[in-house]
Amino acid sequence: MRGASGLEGQQTTAKRVQFSSPFLPYLFLAPQLAIIFVFFYWPSVQAIQSSFYLEDPFGFGATFVGMSNYTDVLKSTEYLGIARFTAIFTALVTFFALSIGLLLAVKADGVIRGNATYKTLLIWVYAIAPPVAGLIGMMFFNQHIGPVVELARWFGWDMKVGLDYSDTAFAMIVVSVWKQIPYNFIFFLSGLQGIPVSVREAAALDCRSEFRRFWTVILPLLAPTAFFLLIINVTYALFDTFGVIDVMVKDKAANNPITLVYKVYMDGFRGSDLGGSSAQSVILMLVVLVLTVFQFRFIERRVHYS
Amino acid sequence: MAAIDITEVSKIYYGGVEAVKSVSIDIADGEFIVLVGPSGCGKSTLLRMVAGLETISKGSVTIGARLINDVDPAERDIAMVFQNYALYPHMTVYDNFAYGLRNRKTPKAEIDARVAEAARMLEIEPYLDRKPRALSGGQRQRVAMGRAIVRKPAAFLFDEPLSNLDAKLRVSMRGEIKRLQKRLGTTSLYVTHDQLEAMTLADRLVVLNGGMIEQIGRPLEVYHAPASTFVASFIGSPAMNLVKGVLEGGRLHIGTHAIDLGYPTPAEGPVTVGLRAEDLRPAAFGEQALAFRVDYVEELGAQRLVHGTVDQPLTASLPPEAPLADQLAIAIPTNRLHFFSAENGKRLYRPTPADGSTNAVTGVATVAAPAGRHAVNLEPIA
Amino acid sequence: MHRTRFFDHVILLIGVFIMVAPVVVAFMTSTHEAADIHRNGLSLTWGGHFAETYEAVLTREGGFTGKVTGFNMMLNSMILGLGFAVGKIVLSMLAAYAIVYFRFPLATFFFWVIFTTLLLPLEVRILPSYEVMNALKLTNTYTGLIVPLLASATGTFYFRQFFKSVPDELLEAARIDGAGPFKFFIDVLVPLSRTMMAAIFIIMFVYGWNQYLWPTLMTTDEGFFTLVRGIKQILLVWVGSNIPDYNEAFALAILAMLPPVMIVVIFQRWFIKGLTESDK
Repeated sequence: MRGASGLEGQQTTAKRVQFSSPFLPYLFLAPQLAIIFVFFYWPSVQAIQSSFYLEDPFGFGATFVGMSNYTDVLKSTEYLGIARFTAIFTALVTFFALSIGLLLAVKADGVIRGNATYKTLLIWVYAIAPPVAGLIGMMFFNQHIGPVVELARWFGWDMKVGLDYSDTAFAMIVVSVWKQIPYNFIFFLSGLQGIPVSVREAAALDCRSEFRRFWTVILPLLAPTAFFLLIINVTYALFDTFGVIDVMVKDKAANNPITLVYKVYMDGFRGSDLGGSSAQSVILMLVVLVLTVFQFRFIERRVHYS
Repeated sequence: MAAIDITEVSKIYYGGVEAVKSVSIDIADGEFIVLVGPSGCGKSTLLRMVAGLETISKGSVTIGARLINDVDPAERDIAMVFQNYALYPHMTVYDNFAYGLRNRKTPKAEIDARVAEAARMLEIEPYLDRKPRALSGGQRQRVAMGRAIVRKPAAFLFDEPLSNLDAKLRVSMRGEIKRLQKRLGTTSLYVTHDQLEAMTLADRLVVLNGGMIEQIGRPLEVYHAPASTFVASFIGSPAMNLVKGVLEGGRLHIGTHAIDLGYPTPAEGPVTVGLRAEDLRPAAFGEQALAFRVDYVEELGAQRLVHGTVDQPLTASLPPEAPLADQLAIAIPTNRLHFFSAENGKRLYRPTPADGSTNAVTGVATVAAPAGRHAVNLEPIA
Repeated sequence: MHRTRFFDHVILLIGVFIMVAPVVVAFMTSTHEAADIHRNGLSLTWGGHFAETYEAVLTREGGFTGKVTGFNMMLNSMILGLGFAVGKIVLSMLAAYAIVYFRFPLATFFFWVIFTTLLLPLEVRILPSYEVMNALKLTNTYTGLIVPLLASATGTFYFRQFFKSVPDELLEAARIDGAGPFKFFIDVLVPLSRTMMAAIFIIMFVYGWNQYLWPTLMTTDEGFFTLVRGIKQILLVWVGSNIPDYNEAFALAILAMLPPVMIVVIFQRWFIKGLTESDK
């Protein structure tokens, strides 16, 4: 979704020689601009606008209510609970998806034999859609046939995914992490392979312990990749896991954990609370904006120091 | 084929930076002109203005008497060879040659004939069906040349075409470019930062510095009578020694040494003195000499470069059989000294019988003597 | 040295097992009969009912309306994936071409107008987007399914980066060779971008095929359901019954992942290039 890797800061200047034409550039830009205006700017402005209005349930217009949609949302214990869950969920998914992806990438980078096969087998899950991953996950956590539930029972854990709040949360996190490992693996691996052999050799001459070498030389060099992935993973956990969650809660959101995006969807499409849902949308927009600004500032720093 | 007139051309970038400052060069039909200077001296910008890739801020450029300031690059009847060759990577060598001709609606039969001729000339006939990526660096360079040749343009523009080649290939391609240009007789404008390339290729070379012309002249004219300390230090390898000295009553003082010149000096007071390394030689007994303390020696085979100090750093190019010691007596051929103004670095010409005044010349060199091996001092000596 | 390599392989094999096993199990189980699965749980062995299950899933009319087939949904997925990928490439190449290769007064302004879209994913503005689609009467149309997804700068960003990496001299040589804006684009830039186009096509096809939230909102008519969009329906309708048709649910899941997985595996090199160089 957002651009960040190596190419970013390279150059901001345009070509030395450019065409100049009074209408051609506009002609080429027109299709993209038209779509962006209709499907990006118009809805975004609408979201902000309707977050200040209370929609009449029978469709007879709307009343301006100022910030009250926001205060309602932020005062609601339900919303705050969901926000708390979203934060925990995001933190756990990001942490596990990143560390497992890094671990596998480091190992795959180290072995020579079977390198290509490992790579293929570890990345292909990227192509599976989140709800499809959710469906397979549901089967594995199924009350009757799920092997994970059986395994848990063996340890005395009576797992009731779909009924028990924390059990469902557990399953959601497992599936979401599973789905995201390949993405992190790909980026960490290409980051590792981008470290010059000469640097590794220099490190090998300077430091005997492989583990120390990893911490003091390889990991700092991977930091830009890791930071980029951190942002991507947070975005993934916040938004792209919608499919996983939607399949796993099966329309019974009452005693199941959901994330903020799912709440927007629920209130807007099920509850028909347009104003409240819009206010939530705007809050999410702010969260994303903060993330992006954070990311761009970091990139700027990286450009200066690299 | 055409003459190119560059008249008082300037390039002023947005924000006021002046990359080229009122440059004038008259290029005769069929002449090979090399623009040479350090990076950032404006040589590429000047070439690109002639090509039409940069707009001309001030002044005018004519090719074959046609004013081309506002003419599209494609209509200027020029062809250009780029430093990175800029071959179309997805096209075969043949298509690379033919692309410009096709865009000009040249008949197919003629395209075939011209491509075949250029390929034969450059000896790349076997590679016409290959893509650039399948060629070696030297072959790519030839393709870039060929693309220019097939167009049969009024002028060739070269933008450092050899700097991506290794040293050996550069020497052989240099010869080839010279040979081709002579054979085709096409007016050429060639940009390089390599003074050796400039010396060997040019009919006349134009030394640029900071957007201005330091000197225009035939290679040996420039070599033997550099118009400024900049040209003196840029043209020739090793670079000309430049030391501080004082002229006083027909004698030159360098540090504690004083040398009788035996001819009227162009000025009195502090000057910068230029000495070519190869003009220095071990002094014979009793000859007036400089005491030279040797720091280190570079053996080049045919000669040896001796680096040291005569209270200022100096390099002498001595024959390999010359004896070495920590301290050498170096003779100065007084009639091969160059004098430059201590203030602005311009050459101080020796007084001529006609006017007797010093004249620091910029731009077009006024020197017109034949540049033979022995006619070293171009200024007529009184 | 040997020891560490051995443990590296152990860790990698565990990783591979975790990534691969669930899908293998899903596939194997889909070849068993529903009652069999209900009795014995998931399976790692071949069940022998591959043909009939997959034929049923693909051709039997089902869903709430009793009219939609798996084949039908697959076709819709294909239309969404291809339409999105092709649309993205065409739009973003044109826009990037204008931004990189033309000098015009509003260039910086339009650059920011386009790149601001990178800031906000579709998910944070679903409701108003839906309202706009309603107003334009585009719900339950392929246009409504595909076009709004194109309203982001990801592809434009990517092609801009690529165009900027194309040597300046190529345009200069082409201009001296007499090529205008159209000729340069068609004769030089498009052929040069072929690898990049392939890479971006793969990424975008997978992205489009896997869309879930937007199709869920836009399509209520089952005739427009994609496979991924239909997943939840599968769970609700089939798994909700007495002896749930686990086999068919798994079969549909396998079908829903098959085309993108195939593309990623076969064109792995381009896929990784596209992914790591374009950041999705």
